[in-house]
Amino acid sequence: MAEKLTGAEIIIKALADQGVDVVFGYPGGAVLPIYDALFKQNRIRHILVRHEQGAVHAAEGYARSTGKPGVVLVTSGPGATNAVTGLTDALCDSIPIVCLTGQVPTHLIGNDAFQECDTTGITRPCTKHNYLVKKVEDLSRTMHEAFYVATAGRPGPVVIDIPKDVQFAATDYTNGKSASHKTYKPKLKADRDAIEQAADLLLAAKKPVVYAGGGVINAGPQASKLLTELVRMTNFPCTLTLMGLGAFPASEPQFLGMLGMHGTYEANWAMHDADVILAVGSRFDDRITGRLDAFAPNSKKIHIDIDPSSINKNVRVDLPIVADAGHALQDLIRIMKARQRKPDAAAMERWWAQIDEWRARDCLAYGASKEMIKPQHAIRRLYELSKTTGKDTFITTEVGQHQMWAAQHFHFDKPNRWMTSGGLGTMGYGLPAAVGTQLAHPDALVVDIAGEASIQMNIQELSTAVQYRLPVKVFILNNEYMGMVRQWQELLHGGRYSESYSEALPDFVKLADAYGMKGLRAMGPDDLDGTIQEMLDHDGPVIADILVDKAENCYPMIPSGAAHNDMLLGPVEEGKDAIGEKGKVLV
Amino acid sequence: MAKSGTVGQPGSAYMIVDQDKAVRRHTFAVIVDNEPGVLARVIGLFSGRGYNIESLTVSTVTADESVSRINIVTTGTEMVIEQIKAQLSRLVPVHDVHDLTLEGPHVERELALIKVRAKDHQRRESLRIADVFDAKVADTTLESFVFIIDGDTGKVDSFVDLMRALGDVEVARSGVVAIGRGTEMVTV
Ligand SMILES: Cc1ncc(C[n+]2csc(CCOP(=O)(O)OP(=O)(O)O)c2C)c(N)n1
Ligand SMILES: [Mg+2]
Repeated sequence: MAEKLTGAEIIIKALADQGVDVVFGYPGGAVLPIYDALFKQNRIRHILVRHEQGAVHAAEGYARSTGKPGVVLVTSGPGATNAVTGLTDALCDSIPIVCLTGQVPTHLIGNDAFQECDTTGITRPCTKHNYLVKKVEDLSRTMHEAFYVATAGRPGPVVIDIPKDVQFAATDYTNGKSASHKTYKPKLKADRDAIEQAADLLLAAKKPVVYAGGGVINAGPQASKLLTELVRMTNFPCTLTLMGLGAFPASEPQFLGMLGMHGTYEANWAMHDADVILAVGSRFDDRITGRLDAFAPNSKKIHIDIDPSSINKNVRVDLPIVADAGHALQDLIRIMKARQRKPDAAAMERWWAQIDEWRARDCLAYGASKEMIKPQHAIRRLYELSKTTGKDTFITTEVGQHQMWAAQHFHFDKPNRWMTSGGLGTMGYGLPAAVGTQLAHPDALVVDIAGEASIQMNIQELSTAVQYRLPVKVFILNNEYMGMVRQWQELLHGGRYSESYSEALPDFVKLADAYGMKGLRAMGPDDLDGTIQEMLDHDGPVIADILVDKAENCYPMIPSGAAHNDMLLGPVEEGKDAIGEKGKVLV
Repeated sequence: MAKSGTVGQPGSAYMIVDQDKAVRRHTFAVIVDNEPGVLARVIGLFSGRGYNIESLTVSTVTADESVSRINIVTTGTEMVIEQIKAQLSRLVPVHDVHDLTLEGPHVERELALIKVRAKDHQRRESLRIADVFDAKVADTTLESFVFIIDGDTGKVDSFVDLMRALGDVEVARSGVVAIGRGTEMVTV
């Protein structure tokens, strides 16, 4: 008979059996047995972050850039509560995370013990599922089931709360690597009928648009290939959500750019005027639709999503297809090919002529300047110069204007190269996500495109980068403002910049120095290329503090509560109201 | 131009939504694993997403007590009711969600215990009304009765309203349990 293992050893064994090579964590009293078990083995690498929120974001960066689940280990009480923002972030963006939390011993649960909190209660609404393991006999099964739940169907974060006595108790280990769940079995294959109908609708379309999102990326690189094949084969225009960037190559002529609140003129107008919309792994989020009663009013909508609750939530669709994006796209391509028909060529020609007219507005253009670095320009130069490195390039971001400019001006030709907090919009996401991404891709170029306000929210993770010699580049578009807040205050609140100025900023170059990394600064357009090049050439971590135009706003913009064909392309004329009364209450 | 939106435009999907603001009452039977926290998940889903709960009851329904059935009465527009079903189905320990209102004719029952404190004529009247409603006396003192009544929600409501008119009333209600009519069974 096999030797009995302690709970802590079972955890490590289960992780190894799941193919986990790295865990992001932070120790504490309630997880000491697990840390002891970690110490005695060398299959799993532990990355010591500096804050538990950072652990979860790092695991998210790891997960999004590899397609594998990210693993987190934190202690009870404050360790668990610090992880909550990261868990919520992963839930909103459908990122597979398994988060192990220590808990006080079972006999103390409910006693207000030291560092006790109701972890399963607190994390219930911010996880896909969670467990409290009260018996060591349940531990192996729960560990393996958690990986299944985190990755099956629409992925998400799963918490396993493990009391300390369970970590010490011993029992037999059962390998359930191929574990499933007795009732949770998401549907992967689409109904054949629905796919047939979709093919009919698409082949009859005169003004079609493919609108794809993060679900395609979550379905694996093969799904992105299939999406690309479908778009090429049909000659349809394709737009992507913030979460979907990279699912279709940005360099393809059929790419309209991102859609939604800060999407391109051509993408939003195409959605508005479309007669058939094929939504794949995208969820008609409010950042995408704008005003609902004016969203794509004359279109038939086909919606492929693995999560039935995403369908008909905000927008009524004509043809719901519950399936994995990859499976559904594969079936759709096969059936469309078998039809041996092409979409109406004359109609497509007219549609592309119309789209070209919209494109000619050149909505992402920005005023050039010899005095100030335009933030958009900084990103374009970063993009161009990063291409010359010949390295695989991964971009993470913080949240704000810089994030939107990055989405607009940095181009992605492959999936899993773009990590941004889309659903929750978490400032402080980018740096830890870059740490996790760089760990998974040691030889790649990983850049966190940051704002000077956001970067301070998890700045402590610079230490982690330095400790593990991770050459992440923090590219700060420093406008001395919470720029996105300032922009809304300008549009909505008469330019009263209440608390949105970043006063008392640290000297980021000195800060870099203090952390033991390289610090650079670009003061004006003449330093820009040189600074970026120096950052790219340095083989360790770098902060590049790019002083940009403080007044620049992010356009195009669909003001909240407005319709797609009502977008702002530039500053609003004096005396005009950009946002209606109804829009003001929206976020 | 666009400010006027697409109101009245033929083919607008949103016209459907706009016209269908009618709120309806639906009864769900939710089959779940009988494990800790499962009820909290269901209730948290309703409060977190702003859905209504008119009534909720839960009990295990298998011989081995491994499976529970949660009966929920809720209200919402058609889109919200659809969402409720989809959101419930998405919870990991949920096996199955049956919208009994959609699935066909079903029986709904509530049990209520009603204590009425009254004297003289009111006291006698309460007993007569109880008789009409087929309510039984479960306990009595010289100045009070405890009635036990079962029936659909409407019947129980009417009985309670009448009793209120007769004296001081204390009410304990079980909430709705429901099951489909006919030979078909909900498998667990
Ligand atoms: C944790 C958190 N708190 C507050 C916000 C609200 N918020 C959104 S953008 C933003 C300003 C970000 O400023 P900065 O990082 O400098 O980026 P910029 O917009 O200037 O590019 C704020 C405060 C948020 N998204 N996340
Ligand atoms: Mg800023």
